[in-house]
Amino acid sequence: MTIAAPLLPPADWRDFLALTKPRVMTLVVFTGLCGMLAAPGTVHPVIGFTAILCIALGAGAAGALNQWYEADIDAVMRRTQRRPLPAGRMDRQAALHFGVGLSAFSVLLMGLAVNIAAAAILLVSILFYVLVYTVWLKRRTPQNIVIGGAAGAFPPLIGWAAATGQVALLPFLLFMLVFLWTPPHFWALALFVKIDYANAGVPMLPVVAGERVTRTQIGLYTIPMALAAVLPWPLGLTGAIYGGVATVTTAIFAALAFRVATRTTAADGDSMKPEKALFKYSILYLFVIFGALVVDRWVLA
Amino acid sequence: MTPDELELIRKRQRGRARVMAILLGSLVLLIFAISIAKIQLGMNE
Repeated sequence: MTIAAPLLPPADWRDFLALTKPRVMTLVVFTGLCGMLAAPGTVHPVIGFTAILCIALGAGAAGALNQWYEADIDAVMRRTQRRPLPAGRMDRQAALHFGVGLSAFSVLLMGLAVNIAAAAILLVSILFYVLVYTVWLKRRTPQNIVIGGAAGAFPPLIGWAAATGQVALLPFLLFMLVFLWTPPHFWALALFVKIDYANAGVPMLPVVAGERVTRTQIGLYTIPMALAAVLPWPLGLTGAIYGGVATVTTAIFAALAFRVATRTTAADGDSMKPEKALFKYSILYLFVIFGALVVDRWVLA
Repeated sequence: MTPDELELIRKRQRGRARVMAILLGSLVLLIFAISIAKIQLGMNE
């Protein structure tokens, strides 16, 4: 015998919007836009707008499917308890249909209006985020965000592919930059919301391996991230504007990461200021470095 | 179902219908703009 789920009133449209994680989407859209603007050649404004719209819709769809699958985890984490599904404002099936429909629509529109290469990378990024990160890795390994970070690193590649129809070394380095930026960014967050993750049974590195290992890993991942950030300049892929901004902002990132890597949490009442500072700066860092890439390309062109 | 619950359902249905109308209208405009852009790009080749 099956037990019927309680009948919910139709969800408000704002709850569907909340499913798409609009705040995460801003960074995804920005890096995608910068990837497109940094690419050689020009894109028709309408086609360019459509490409960015598809990236936003694809990211929103992946976020909706993530929330559909993780409703049980979200319900026990303070940070996510008020999302539409754990708060009981929406039927799970509606979230699933919304996520699948939006995914298909974004990929089809990208393929028909922009090009096949951009659509293919968009499809891979959605599947990677939903299947590889959310379904497979997140609950199984503390390396979840390392490999899953690739999903968030695709937008500059998609933006570049939308403009040129192919990928090149510079967008690959941008992909590596976001990919290697993800572990220090998320582990800094995980250090100060560790209890939340532990309650939810998510094997984040601080929960499974301890703070010392996490701090060391933040320091270690910052090294290849810094290389990926600065390398486009000596390789001649960007000009001095990007080189200067990347060097300075990456040095600040490295200094903040070094402070986090070398300290130990105080036994009582540690406010975790260095970790919060690294987390906040890491978001600003990506905005600034991608912004510098576009300025460099447009000013020096 | 109480009158309050019925009113909530009606309110949400109205809101969703309005948003859907705006989205569909925007989609029509977008497809039109993409068609014009593709024609322009085809003429320039």
